[in-house]
Amino acid sequence: MPLSLEEVEHIATLARLELSVEEKARYRQQLSAILDYIRKLQELDTTDIPPTSSVLSGAGPLRADESRPGLSREALLENAPEVERGQFKIPPVFESHV
Amino acid sequence: MSDLTDLTLTQAIVALHKGETSSRELTRACLARIERLEPSLHAFLYLAAESALAQADAADRELAVLRKANSQSTKPLLGVPLAIKDVLTVEGLPCTAGSKILEGFIPPFTATAVRRLQEAGAIVIGKTNTDEFAMGSSTENSAYGVTHNPWDTSRVPGGSSGGSAAAVAARLIPAALGTDTGGSVRQPASFCGVTGLKPTYGRVSRYGLVAYGSSLDCVGVLARTAEDVAILYTIMAGRDPLDATTAGAPVSKIEFVGADGRPPLRGLRIGIPREYFVRGIQAEVEAGVRQAVSVLEGLGAEVREISLPHTEYALPVYYILAPAEASANLARYDGIRYGPRIQAESMWDIFYCTRGRKFGAEVERRIMLGTYALSAGYYDAYYGQAQKVRTLIKRDFEQAFEPSRCCAQVDAIAAPVAPTTAFPIGAHGDDPLAMYLEDVFTLPANLAGVPGLAFPVGFDGAGLPVGMQLMVPHFREDVLFRMARAYQQVTDWHMRAPSL
Repeated sequence: MPLSLEEVEHIATLARLELSVEEKARYRQQLSAILDYIRKLQELDTTDIPPTSSVLSGAGPLRADESRPGLSREALLENAPEVERGQFKIPPVFESHV
Repeated sequence: MSDLTDLTLTQAIVALHKGETSSRELTRACLARIERLEPSLHAFLYLAAESALAQADAADRELAVLRKANSQSTKPLLGVPLAIKDVLTVEGLPCTAGSKILEGFIPPFTATAVRRLQEAGAIVIGKTNTDEFAMGSSTENSAYGVTHNPWDTSRVPGGSSGGSAAAVAARLIPAALGTDTGGSVRQPASFCGVTGLKPTYGRVSRYGLVAYGSSLDCVGVLARTAEDVAILYTIMAGRDPLDATTAGAPVSKIEFVGADGRPPLRGLRIGIPREYFVRGIQAEVEAGVRQAVSVLEGLGAEVREISLPHTEYALPVYYILAPAEASANLARYDGIRYGPRIQAESMWDIFYCTRGRKFGAEVERRIMLGTYALSAGYYDAYYGQAQKVRTLIKRDFEQAFEPSRCCAQVDAIAAPVAPTTAFPIGAHGDDPLAMYLEDVFTLPANLAGVPGLAFPVGFDGAGLPVGMQLMVPHFREDVLFRMARAYQQVTDWHMRAPSL
């Protein structure tokens, strides 16, 4: 069952990916083929099988919940595309652009 | 002394301590060979020549003092140059993960695995090429161009750690770090004729590793011999407070059985999983693996056929779980905190445009696949079912290794690494599913979390390396090293070099 163009657009929106018309068409075909293959899993009865979330048995030990020195603000802002007054800068979020 | 770049890691360590060469000479020899061969291989994304030579000089001063005092260094890798796959951070060196979305990113911290090697005296010579975000089996998905296989430059080196594999195979560097989420150390090691380790999940810290599939990602090693791989593994392995998934279990001591006259592998049982010898496998690959198994048998191991019945489901499970985890992990690349930004009117448009234009096609495909598998209405059918089938695959291994089951129990599993030897660049064109099928033999170890070691066991008719992998129970890397080393002591496939 191939994905519809609307489904591809919906996934791209959820994933925040801007796609061209050609990309949508190509991914629609490729993802449909991959999903077809993946559906092979449905043939297995897994009623009583627990899901694996970690391959290692037993939870790892937790470290103490204490504050410790981390990277400096300067080091963290060093790679930012836009910075103002020691903070990441982005366009206004709560304003509407009409 | 012969060409310094011919030295294995072990030989280089000895030569440095004896003063037969200096770290500067060794590092310069590597840099000179890189300079000569990079145009035809493109194994590196970044070279740290200047800082490497400065560190080499510092190491040489330390080595001179030690020699004068006639004492051993506490740093086992003092003065040894290494290369690092460009998905691991090294403070101050660019880290792109093979992606345009991290172009220009200079990490302010060093990955734990790398830091431990540096503390042991190693020198980082540069960052090696990789498929974008380690997603691929050929390095063709690198945004910075493909790496070429040193045995035949019209072919891929495998991937995603293709740069590291090509660099080690071409003697550009004695050893390199790679990462293995679905076979990304073992498959390129096999394609390039080097020895490559994927450790137990949680054995080596992932701190400072650009995350792809967090329940699968492992930091591994590529080198010329099993002994060399074991040296780096032992230094990197162990608990790290900065990665909560690292295991506290003690690192098993590597003991290479000495020459007491007994067959070195006596008492070890090797299982041959029938599901790995299926239609479609290249005849020379199957023949090479079977031949290698009979060599192991000649060294005292017992061989029996076993079954890992859910093997065929590993691929669909992986291509749900890894993309699902990737879709969450890669949400952080949004053009706000690091990496380039495509300026737009709103924050949302910055996200759409930056991600849409800076991610490559394979990354976009996997993000979309994962997003779909996790989306409302599909979660149970895809992600939920895949997590359950993962349990079945894990149980296959547990049963094979289970001590109480008299008829199925083995100490190690031997199998091909990939269905074929290195394929031509462009062979899979725009067919992602065909590329995914390359991973069919390596994925199960990642899903079960068990360690695997790939090493060369011959060549095909075209002169391309054939590899075999061994898989063992969690935390039994020592068995891998013991077996591969015994094999490498009676064969010389691992010492063959491509003519370049």
